[in-house]
Amino acid sequence: MTALALNDLYDRFRDPATIRAFAGLIEKESKRLPAPLNIMEVCGGHTHTIMKYGLRQLLPESIHFIHGPGCPVCIMPKERIDHAYILSQQEDLILVTLGDMIKVPGSRGSLQKARSEGADVRFVYSPMDALKIAMENPDKKVVFFAIGFETTTPMTAALVEQALKRGLENLLFHINHVTVPEVMKELIDSRDEHIDSYNNRIDAFIGPSHVSVIAGAKIYEPFPRDYGRPVVVSGFEPVDVMEGVLMLVRQFVENRCELQIQYRRSVTYEGNLKAQAMIDRYFERRELFKWRGLGNIPHSALRLKEEYAALDAERVYSEILPIEEIEDHKLCICGDILRGMAEPTECRVFGTACKPSSPLGSCMVSSEGACAAYYKYGGVM
Amino acid sequence: MDKTVTLAQGNGGEENRTLVSELFFRHLKNDTLQKAEDAAIIDDGRLAFTTDSFTVSPIFFAGGDIGKLAVCGTCNDLAMMGTQPKYLTLSVILEEGFETRSLERIVRSIKKELAQNGAQVVAGDTKVVPKGSVDRIFINTSGIGEVRVPGISASGIEEGDAIIVSRDIGRHGAAIFAGREGIELESEITSDCASLWPMVEALLEAGIVPHAMRDATRGGVAAVLNEWAEASGICIEVDEGAIPVSETVNGICEMLGFEATMLANEGTFLLAVHPDDAQRVQRILRDFPGNEAAAIVGEATMSYPKKVVLRSEWGTKRFMDLPTGELLPRIC
Repeated sequence: MTALALNDLYDRFRDPATIRAFAGLIEKESKRLPAPLNIMEVCGGHTHTIMKYGLRQLLPESIHFIHGPGCPVCIMPKERIDHAYILSQQEDLILVTLGDMIKVPGSRGSLQKARSEGADVRFVYSPMDALKIAMENPDKKVVFFAIGFETTTPMTAALVEQALKRGLENLLFHINHVTVPEVMKELIDSRDEHIDSYNNRIDAFIGPSHVSVIAGAKIYEPFPRDYGRPVVVSGFEPVDVMEGVLMLVRQFVENRCELQIQYRRSVTYEGNLKAQAMIDRYFERRELFKWRGLGNIPHSALRLKEEYAALDAERVYSEILPIEEIEDHKLCICGDILRGMAEPTECRVFGTACKPSSPLGSCMVSSEGACAAYYKYGGVM
Repeated sequence: MDKTVTLAQGNGGEENRTLVSELFFRHLKNDTLQKAEDAAIIDDGRLAFTTDSFTVSPIFFAGGDIGKLAVCGTCNDLAMMGTQPKYLTLSVILEEGFETRSLERIVRSIKKELAQNGAQVVAGDTKVVPKGSVDRIFINTSGIGEVRVPGISASGIEEGDAIIVSRDIGRHGAAIFAGREGIELESEITSDCASLWPMVEALLEAGIVPHAMRDATRGGVAAVLNEWAEASGICIEVDEGAIPVSETVNGICEMLGFEATMLANEGTFLLAVHPDDAQRVQRILRDFPGNEAAAIVGEATMSYPKKVVLRSEWGTKRFMDLPTGELLPRIC
């Protein structure tokens, strides 16, 4: 047996002939669709794939993608980034976070700006690097600003565990982990007063799959069952996304409404039970969490349990961290884009006042946001 | 612009261009500077003149060091204007405590690379600053040379021109990154750091007259193609599958979410040539060791002027944008 090489993980899933073959099948079978089909790919990774590989150009007009809110950086509200900014200004404090957070603007500026003004802000690839930084700087406080969906939460949990095990007292956590099913429900079932429109045009979901590697496909059960929206959990390569679309088309043609897994090479129904247990050990649900562009969503985020309060930067620094809400930019229509009621190009500030180098709303922030992807890869082509 | 300078403004991409045009060009502009070529053409077109500073970290990396880089960087900017590098200045800023042995290693490396170009250092300066004022060693070189073939310019690309890349792309950025982050790879990745004059000389001697040439340093191939499309008012259409990328570089990009076209190179250049010359250019380049993957990757058209279009192997198209954000600081 030969060893598995890195390119084995993607080569065949980008095979031009396979992609064309799926395009042909989708074209043929979509003719039997009872109505045009609006598919939300929830995850920013899928949006990225669709844009990068130009998959929209391979699909018939009756199939339309709605780009979802699945980019943990993009949905981070200004209030939370302000927390990071304020923490970074504290004497003898090192703020550690993942690289994606670097240019996201809060009301006081981005962490990139904080760093250029002298703050000690460090961007890492792995949360475990925070452990090293904390051990190398025993005289300073190190705050890990944790972001991400279910995919990255276990890594933060593992970091908490390591900090406890080693009795590290200078490593604190600012937890911003969010969860996918709650925002999907919110998009269908909106109840928030901050949102202009209460409708949505989502017929079906392509389910985030790396989230499901951890949390299992089971988290999407309610959508076909209670909301009449089928879900296909798909991988991130172009072949995966094309197959996922075909599976959804077939469900509609055959009048089925099911939860299916396309990404079988990594996703199971139950998911990674060990990782789930680890998350449950340290984290609990917040009552409410604000999403940039979508407002407050019940139970959509995690925080450290009460018993770990000594590690929780939000509690330790509660006196200096503001809790007032900040309104989203008034010209930004991210909320409407996220529920499929508007295209990025319909926004008045798209590509002018709002660009990847100076983003206003959530969708322009990271390359996985819907607007940034449109801007970068040309939704006009 | 922000009140303070950010690292993103040194990325060779969009923020970098904004800083240069809104500050330096605004105050210092003149006809020569505003051409914004790799090197300035002066003295009625007879001479080319350029400068570059080097702050790379780590200073010794797989495939080169800051000394080799300091010669290649400046000489390549001259070579890209069809100019043989002749005379260089060398300014070195040293941090107190820097090891003399390392310095000698760097100077030897400079000497070796100068020979590749047939150039010499004719003036220099040394400064030593207190510990912490610079990170070990920063180098500046300026270079001057005689223009062999005039008229090579980012604005000289014509409809129908073939676009050629001289070798597999992204090696320097990937090597520095792997070196700095301590990423262990199954196969060693070395920087492409090399002097380009020998290749350019071979092309010129074969009678090739490139319309444009540029080494794809910071901002990578994506930055060069976008600058060309903008400066020449044409569309550059590129076949994504034709762009040579080594498996190792591809692997690093996959792991870290980079695009190989946005990674820096230090010995890789792009050419725009008359389509009739394309095959011959490719053959000449491939004869140089390390450049076996030289390839014709696309052509200049009028379909989307001032844009770069990537064509996939399954018939879809998208724009290739300028790199934005903080890619990877101190690669050169």
